[in-house]
Amino acid sequence: MTHQAEAREFAPTLTRSRVRELERKNRLDNLGRAWYKFSRNPLSIVGAATVLIVTLLAIFAPFVAPYPEHVKPFTDFANASLPPSLTHAFGTDEIGRDILSRVIFGFRDALLMGVTVLALVVPVGVLLGLVAGYFHGTRIDTVIMRLTDIFLAVPPLVLALAIASVLKPNLFNAMMAVSLMWWPWYTRLVYGLTSALRNEFFVASAETLGASTSHILFRELLPNMVSPIFTKMSLDMGWVIIIGSMLSYVGLGVQPPKPGLGTMVASGAKFLPDLWWISIFPGLAIVVVVLGFNLLGDGLRDLFAAEEI
Amino acid sequence: MRLLSFLARRIFQAVFVLLGLSMLIFVIARVMPGDPARTALGARAPQWVVDRLREDMHLNDPLPVQYYFWLRDALQGDFGISLFTRREVADDVKEFLPASVELVLVAGLITAVGGIGLGTLSARYKDTWIDNLVRVISYAGVVTPAFVFAILFLLLFGLELGWLPAIGRLSEGIIAPPRLTGLMTVDSLLAGRPDAFWDALKHLILPAAALAMGSLSQEARITRSTMADNLTKDYIAAERALGIPDRIVMGRFLLKPSLIPTVSIFGLDFAASFSNAFLVELIFNWAGLSRYGMNAMLRKDLNAISAVILILGVLFITVNILVDLIVGALDPRIRLRAATSE
Repeated sequence: MTHQAEAREFAPTLTRSRVRELERKNRLDNLGRAWYKFSRNPLSIVGAATVLIVTLLAIFAPFVAPYPEHVKPFTDFANASLPPSLTHAFGTDEIGRDILSRVIFGFRDALLMGVTVLALVVPVGVLLGLVAGYFHGTRIDTVIMRLTDIFLAVPPLVLALAIASVLKPNLFNAMMAVSLMWWPWYTRLVYGLTSALRNEFFVASAETLGASTSHILFRELLPNMVSPIFTKMSLDMGWVIIIGSMLSYVGLGVQPPKPGLGTMVASGAKFLPDLWWISIFPGLAIVVVVLGFNLLGDGLRDLFAAEEI
Repeated sequence: MRLLSFLARRIFQAVFVLLGLSMLIFVIARVMPGDPARTALGARAPQWVVDRLREDMHLNDPLPVQYYFWLRDALQGDFGISLFTRREVADDVKEFLPASVELVLVAGLITAVGGIGLGTLSARYKDTWIDNLVRVISYAGVVTPAFVFAILFLLLFGLELGWLPAIGRLSEGIIAPPRLTGLMTVDSLLAGRPDAFWDALKHLILPAAALAMGSLSQEARITRSTMADNLTKDYIAAERALGIPDRIVMGRFLLKPSLIPTVSIFGLDFAASFSNAFLVELIFNWAGLSRYGMNAMLRKDLNAISAVILILGVLFITVNILVDLIVGALDPRIRLRAATSE
């Protein structure tokens, strides 16, 4: 046996597929370690489970809700205003609709709101933050960050309310209004991260090799920020749902008879304190969803050690 | 000197931000379909009156010119007539702002005392059942929207138990003290009316507590974690080894450096509480600026909306500058950094 053949036997040549296989194994190992670390904290598991259950309930609402027809225009005065019981776990409202069913359907618009707002806001905010941070100290930086300051000068709820109020009141416009107010938070986060990273050697070496700006922004810088961005997204799902429920509460979001969680709290408030269950259960449902996303977000933050959020 | 240059720079920035904000508000106000002059006069006004008002309101001019006139008036405190109350918006603001300020101040007091108190307690008894209880409560507090707290408090303490009055600023039958500051509690004291003071204070507790719950929980969490971090530092061990009583170690040497992040977050929350007050004031029927703004929004009263948002912007920026000053006073390192960085 020649010397070379011996070497080949003990150290197989790194073919392309072999590299890919090793990378996959490495990723799986990392994922396993991350899961181990994440699952050490029981609260993170509770959060992840809550988010999962709520999402499944929302997706399969027509199959799991005990009275799916109560979501459509429906009245049943014989069974109106019943307190919680075995047939109606959360009771019925003033026109006889099952509140549990409506809460389950209410999760749909709450999650839809969160997902849509983040899907619109994150790309825009991240892109602006990357550009402003990479061109730190130039005019581009000044323009983008001063614009961000203007939007951050007023609490998001106020401007979202103002914008939603001049538009037609419905869920779509509420989502647009909140989106318009939410991107600056991502711009600010990514700006801070980019400003710190742009002086690192890997950026300098990419520049020296003549890499294009878009390559540096999206291939070199962005992958280093995925974990803080994801963590913030998880926490923000909760806040967007809260703001959405506030808009619905004052009638600028989900319109009745569609079941919005905030809308249900508002319409039940008229009947307090006697028919407390009409308001309180949708209110608790909001708390549960938001708590789930917060616990999940905190778990992710600990996992990634992302302290800047 | 350092302080002055810091202030000058921040105020300079604030002016730019506010100018931008005013443009944003102007754009929002003009996005609204319909003729502002027609809306102001009502459907039955003859066309020539509307045309004349359009001319007076500069509505026939190009947008930048309209903006110039709008801003010039706004700077002089003239936001036009509220379509809802049919009075000068500036007068409405003067009437309603103090009630909101009073509510937000009391909420801020509850937040500061409760948050720092609970946080300290939690850090002092770290990993005992007290700590766990505080952590669970503060977690629930952070994720519950203010309007849910408002409804819960109204229902439980206001109506079911009847401990505290639920609606408004004063009970029926109690004559409001003469208006000096607009803060009901302060006015009653100035007028020497302890009965009105107690009544006003009792009306304040529920809305202020509902408003404070979120930020209070946030403060408690941050105070706890910073104190728990600092508790393991060497200097604390050294002070304990010197035989300094625990009370002094905790209260003086641990609390002050641990309060820095708490103060920063407190400032943000405090400034934001004007916006959280939007729903709380609506629920407790509290005659403040936020309820006024909320009603203006629901009725598309653009003059009033613009004024309320601009005032909230000014308040928000002012509070943020104040917070930076306080944090600077608490932490010499930050003062140094701010001075050397530019």
